[in-house]
Amino acid sequence: MTATDQQVAEQPVREEPDTTVLRVANLRVAFAGTEVVKGISFSAQAGRCLAIVGESGSGKSVTARTLVGLTGGNSRVSADAIDLDGVDLLRTGERGWRSVRGSRIGFVLQDALVSLDQLRRVGDEVAEPLRVHGRGTRRSRAAKAVELLDAVGVPEPAVRARQRPYELSGGLRQRALIASAIALDPPLLIADEPTTALDVTVQAQVLDLLAAAKERGTSIILISHDLSVVARLADEVAVMRDGEIVEHGPARRVLREPRHEYTRMLLAAIPSAHTRDTKLSRPTEHRPQRTVDRGRPVLEARRLSKVFRGPDGVDRTVVDDVSFELFGGETLGIVGESGSGKTTTARIALAILAATAGEVLLRGAPWSARSVGERRPLRKQIGVVYQDPLSSFDPRWPVGRILTDALATGTRPPASKAEARGRAIRLLEQVGLREEHFDRAPLRLSGGQRQRVAIARALAPEPSVIVCDEPVSALDVSIQAQVLDLLTDLQDELGVSYLFISHDLGVIHHVSDRILVMKDGRVVEHGSAADIFERPQHEYTRRLLTAVPRLELK
Amino acid sequence: MRYLLKLLSAVAVVIAAASVTFFAQLAVPGDRATTLMNLQTGQDRKWTAEELAPLNEKYGFDDPIVVQYLDYVTGLFRGDLGTSYTQKRPVLEVIGGQLLPSLTLTVLALVVAWFLALGVTLLTVRRGRFLSGLGATWEAMTASLPHYWVGIVLLVVFAVQLRVFPVIGGTSGWGTVLPVLTLAIPLAGFVGQVTREEFEQVLAQPFVTTARTRGMSDLAVRLRHVLRHAVLPAVTLSGWALGALISGAVITENIFGRPGIGQVLVTAVDTRDMPTASGVVLVVATVYVVANLLVDLAYGAIDPRLRRAT
Repeated sequence: MTATDQQVAEQPVREEPDTTVLRVANLRVAFAGTEVVKGISFSAQAGRCLAIVGESGSGKSVTARTLVGLTGGNSRVSADAIDLDGVDLLRTGERGWRSVRGSRIGFVLQDALVSLDQLRRVGDEVAEPLRVHGRGTRRSRAAKAVELLDAVGVPEPAVRARQRPYELSGGLRQRALIASAIALDPPLLIADEPTTALDVTVQAQVLDLLAAAKERGTSIILISHDLSVVARLADEVAVMRDGEIVEHGPARRVLREPRHEYTRMLLAAIPSAHTRDTKLSRPTEHRPQRTVDRGRPVLEARRLSKVFRGPDGVDRTVVDDVSFELFGGETLGIVGESGSGKTTTARIALAILAATAGEVLLRGAPWSARSVGERRPLRKQIGVVYQDPLSSFDPRWPVGRILTDALATGTRPPASKAEARGRAIRLLEQVGLREEHFDRAPLRLSGGQRQRVAIARALAPEPSVIVCDEPVSALDVSIQAQVLDLLTDLQDELGVSYLFISHDLGVIHHVSDRILVMKDGRVVEHGSAADIFERPQHEYTRRLLTAVPRLELK
Repeated sequence: MRYLLKLLSAVAVVIAAASVTFFAQLAVPGDRATTLMNLQTGQDRKWTAEELAPLNEKYGFDDPIVVQYLDYVTGLFRGDLGTSYTQKRPVLEVIGGQLLPSLTLTVLALVVAWFLALGVTLLTVRRGRFLSGLGATWEAMTASLPHYWVGIVLLVVFAVQLRVFPVIGGTSGWGTVLPVLTLAIPLAGFVGQVTREEFEQVLAQPFVTTARTRGMSDLAVRLRHVLRHAVLPAVTLSGWALGALISGAVITENIFGRPGIGQVLVTAVDTRDMPTASGVVLVVATVYVVANLLVDLAYGAIDPRLRRAT
């Protein structure tokens, strides 16, 4: 059936052709001779949203940039047609592209923190398309910028217009970026991962904003790796892999009855309530029954708080009266939005940051209260895995040295070089890597492989607790599924406990036995995974849960 | 408040420089009165205590060191840098006449260097392999040229052969062109090198792509967005260059027969005229301090985030 999947990618039959804003036929893009987009065709209609979904390296962002003529240096673009409202973009020169960009096609990049010029005022950035295309006077453009900011729901738009991007929150920045993209009311809006760096509640607002633009008749091409984000906005979905569209059809159909194997794999890999106790990368497999040792907690936090003094001399309480217990073989999830204090709590638990008040106990014994020297022999009992493993490795060390170094600090330091090597290779195999990775430099590993090395390093000293701080947040969904499966496999095998920090409610729901919900440094709710997700008590938890874009699958 | 603090620390730095030069004078081997007597009489011998007494009296060499030091430092605040041993005029007067030509030369050289460097950067960074390579090579080459070589080449070509500029220009406007270029060309190489690296990084930033998606031309993107982000390292370098050039321009000044503070320093050191040498050191220290204050201000103007950070 795989063979027929290519043909299954049907071109949806759409109403009258005059609503077509953009038509792309057989688009090919190559960089230095390597083809990364391999003959894809699609069209965008007024008032509708086409989502192009794929993992990193699928060619989706290259496609988006090609549509505004910014593919980049060293690239070769060919197509049978790239037709924007009757204008043949293939034949347009640099001058022609410039007249299209901003006025006929608006472009929203991800992460407005780096997509807006930090040194210029927000108002100037928003009004820039007007200036570039010679609309209005300086004064009228400034007024229009305020108007646009107001239209995208930025409070106090006149004040914000005079501020600079770094003075705005992530959500407001993303709104400003959208305001700039729609300044000239372009018939086509391309949004490349517009919500990726945002908290869920803010993400929901930004998606609503794009939906409003769609309502007004703008055609939207949404580029995303996140199928649940896509589900919220798209009318039509094209799934890309390795430069090809493997499945293309109405959003409901693609998301509910995926026909291509890859789409099915992507959907199955999304962690959520349905995936608890199953393997994400092997959906038919179930987790074995586990026993959590409810005797003495392996890690216990008692009334932690942390106060930081800001540069303005004002104290800010980042962690406020946080207590928890983590038992043997258990996963305790901490979920919250940025600034909720979850990472600070993790750092205190690891005793790399001193709490202002409160205490952490490790296997019933004082931990945070001890001196650095007294903690050193105990440190092997607690490991850590970060979001970005690469920055936690010495870039000059090969994988083998990273692991043997960690083994030497463990409970049973290897007696000889040969033993160290043997045990490091066993660790690699345990995390799904092979002996050949022993001499590899971390830079030459993929993101998923790096995270596996980070997990192997955390396991090397044979700890009873591993603190996982956003361990899968930077990974593609299929890789994320494999890493999450690896973590649960290791737990079943070794009985290790996880303190699992994540902003992603789906991930937290998938892995956690019990959950703490944090907001502004406080624990607003804690309970079993079922209690939190099915019977949320606190108003904030409910708000978080409704903001999560979800796939109504079953 | 913050600027007041900066100003106070700047004054402290100048006083510290003055203290170092003062104690360095004492550390010079030999009796100061003897040195002075030898200088004034053109002889080289031992003098009796009676013969030296008037000098010791006049310059206060017999006073306790602390008193001499305090006299010296309080003198600074009145604008009294002491009296030159050789010229028997106040040091301030000796330096004063020479300071303006030096400052003019230095500041002009810096400005010209910036124009040269930014021009090359704007037009060549990431403009294809050939142009980028040409720009980078030009910068590396000019940055490694010594002043005396540039100076002599310019002098021979433009003044001696082509007779466009005077050989000995003094401080006239036309005569200032070649010395300014002599200092500016190597400096432009340095400024260009640090700017190029930063410029390349900024060009790869997402906000640059955003600006392009608004329909901006490449040159406009470079001028309006990239440049401001890319000049910070060059600004830092300029603070140093201003201070280094003012005393280091002596070779260039010699080649073109220009008066300048560097020449004063060389003569003062040659003749062991310590008050004058100290005076020059102090003036140079002051230029450094002022230059760094300006750099701080420029930082704040270029990147408002830095205003809050410091």
